[in-house]
Amino acid sequence: MLTHFSAMLLFALFTSVVFGITQRAQPKMMVRFGAFCFALFVGTVIVASWAMWAIKH
Amino acid sequence: MASPTQQPQIAQRVPGEKSSLPALVLLAGWLVPGAGHLLLGKWVRALLLFVSILGMYVVGLGLAGKVYTPNTGDMLDMLGFAGQLGTGLLYLLARLFGWGAASVVNTLGDYGTKFLVVAGLLNIIAAVDAHSLANGRKDSL
Repeated sequence: MLTHFSAMLLFALFTSVVFGITQRAQPKMMVRFGAFCFALFVGTVIVASWAMWAIKH
Repeated sequence: MASPTQQPQIAQRVPGEKSSLPALVLLAGWLVPGAGHLLLGKWVRALLLFVSILGMYVVGLGLAGKVYTPNTGDMLDMLGFAGQLGTGLLYLLARLFGWGAASVVNTLGDYGTKFLVVAGLLNIIAAVDAHSLANGRKDSL
């Protein structure tokens, strides 16, 4: 069974792969943009999670 | 030193030239994730797109995501339907075999619904990308 976090990781992975392939023309740039999107997805979730924790406490 | 005539030629679409390939690629890419890129000979991209979009779709079904139906009268349902319709044949299979949930019952089910909608939207992006490759709007490397 997926947890919320692992579901988010899968969402970030699949979305980043598609973004990388479709938004860049060169294979090297596809990988870089895909990795950038993945890092942005996961980083944003972690920051938002801590922000919500801070608001609650 | 190589003369200009010996340089590799890049196939380019002639402006104004009529071709049914871009439309075919767009349709194939919508019906089956990655099929548009496969028709263009880009099998690695096609495989990655297929695995990613199918993975998103399967996870959405696994999380008991809601499969939208048309004509419910609710605007959000209609938007969800439009998004999920982007998965092409996968949406048809879900409706045919009754996959997914009729309504969202928990938080993960809500996540699953979003996975299904986003799978459709990503597939539309992929199909349009294949169309752009086929008509020369995007560089084919």
